[in-house]
Amino acid sequence: MRLPAFNALIGGGLIGGLLIAAGTGALWTPYDPLKLSFREKLAAPSAAHWLGTDEFGRDVLSRLMAGAATSVWISLLTVALAVIFGTLIGLFSGYVRGWVDRVIMAFNDALLAFPGILLALGLLAVVGANKYGIIVALGIAYTPSVARIVRGTVLSLREKEFIAASRVMGNSEAFTMARHILPNCIAPLTVLATSMFGYVLLAESSLSFLGLGVPPPAPTWGNMLAGARPYIGQAMWLGIFPGLCISLTLLGINLLGDAVRDRLDPRMRGMR
Amino acid sequence: MLRFALTRIVMAIPTLLIVAVSVFVLIRLIPGDPASLMLGDLATPASIADLRARLGLDQSLPTQFGIWFSHLLKGDLGISINSQEPILPLILSRFWVSAQIVLVAVFFASLVAVPAGVIAAWRQDTTLDLGLVGAATLLLSIPTFWLGLLLLLFFGLKLEWLPVVGYVSIGDDPWRGIIYLIMPILTLFLHEIGVILRMARASTLEVLRLDYITHARAKGLSEGAVLWRHAFKNAFGPTWTLIGLVLGNLLGGIAVVETVFTIPGLGRLLVDSIFARDYPVIQGCMLFVAFCYVLVNLVIDLCYPIFDPRVTAQ
Repeated sequence: MRLPAFNALIGGGLIGGLLIAAGTGALWTPYDPLKLSFREKLAAPSAAHWLGTDEFGRDVLSRLMAGAATSVWISLLTVALAVIFGTLIGLFSGYVRGWVDRVIMAFNDALLAFPGILLALGLLAVVGANKYGIIVALGIAYTPSVARIVRGTVLSLREKEFIAASRVMGNSEAFTMARHILPNCIAPLTVLATSMFGYVLLAESSLSFLGLGVPPPAPTWGNMLAGARPYIGQAMWLGIFPGLCISLTLLGINLLGDAVRDRLDPRMRGMR
Repeated sequence: MLRFALTRIVMAIPTLLIVAVSVFVLIRLIPGDPASLMLGDLATPASIADLRARLGLDQSLPTQFGIWFSHLLKGDLGISINSQEPILPLILSRFWVSAQIVLVAVFFASLVAVPAGVIAAWRQDTTLDLGLVGAATLLLSIPTFWLGLLLLLFFGLKLEWLPVVGYVSIGDDPWRGIIYLIMPILTLFLHEIGVILRMARASTLEVLRLDYITHARAKGLSEGAVLWRHAFKNAFGPTWTLIGLVLGNLLGGIAVVETVFTIPGLGRLLVDSIFARDYPVIQGCMLFVAFCYVLVNLVIDLCYPIFDPRVTAQ
């Protein structure tokens, strides 16, 4: 089998599995993910609790499914936020050019001078460490990279013949933007959004692991690992399964990202 | 060469300035009055007003920025609300802890991953290539905090070879200091191998398709000479740039690894300050890491001509 097809298959399978788990977890879980049961605490995986229970006797599988729903939802909203605002800023900046463009891009680049997770940490201090705070903080932190790519595409396109042709035909600038420039941004945006979903999911898990994300008792993979840390010596499964979920998801995203890039990025075509 | 260096250095100044402004504005957006926060439960309206005056909080925002910025230029980042310590020495001592982990890990990761990536590209689509890329993608997909937990579980708790948590300064006790750093360094080392290998492979692939490589082969050079003297030298640029980004990103994201191994580094300082709402320290940490990020990338840029003289000509 050719490698891109293999990547797409495995990556697609992993992400498909994630989406099914998240979708199911949002509606139904085998047990109530928040229900305490001290008689069953730190129970090893068994027929009743497939992946065991945690230090409060909560079912690990149910918590992983509920956590998948939370993480996928947060990541999708964050990526949507960054793509929408980044696209608007990039289109505007590339369209107006001149000093406005230079000022916007100077600030954009200064924000890019912060490592993404650092900017998110700083923003979390402002907006507060909770579910919506994370979406806002990560959304803002990842907007500059979208803006940069869209602006670059706009600048490279606006001197092309087909854009000039659209103007000559009497189309308004706004129509030209929406009808001819924006569709050409979709390919690079898809490549970026795919890998960004992975970054955001990792960032969300990291922040939850640090205690700055979704506050307990609501489960996320990150805060499950943080909670498991004192018990991994006696209950290994607590430290294994949430991390395995994060890793398989990121693996799926990376493989899928490679496949998407192979397909959409003309520069990479023929590399394999 | 000198002109190239000067241009790059001058170009970094506006970025640093805007970084400083952004951090200042960001911290001022935190809800709540710093003075009443600093005084806590003992605050009276009079003491709050007094402290606000001492901190300059009763001035206009631009004036506040001016005062803060002039202190910043003198290396004065203010005083921590919680510990009442000056912030810069605090950050520097924590930074040293994080920096030794990050630098050692990235150095060894590059040493392994760059040649491995070049060889994978050279043997493209063979079992060796697929194995290396597969392993790299797998390593890159494992978050550092879980990789750290797994290492801790295996080497610390099962085999009992290495201490589970804690930190001893290398200055105090070199041998024990190194023992405590092995697992955090190994964690970042394994993760970054994945990142760097893929980049080294991709940029080598791009170069191997060029005509001058065919020419080098046609004139009868050995594969080794083609690969290392011609392909590698030209392919290293993007990887070198990536290494700079990796260093900066690690410094920003090292808090999770420091949390796993309870290491008192810069990342932990930032996270603890966010919990404690110690806003001068948050401000100082963010500024410090962002400055490091810009400076590392500047140094990377300045070193670029050493192996690729073409950039100075542009």
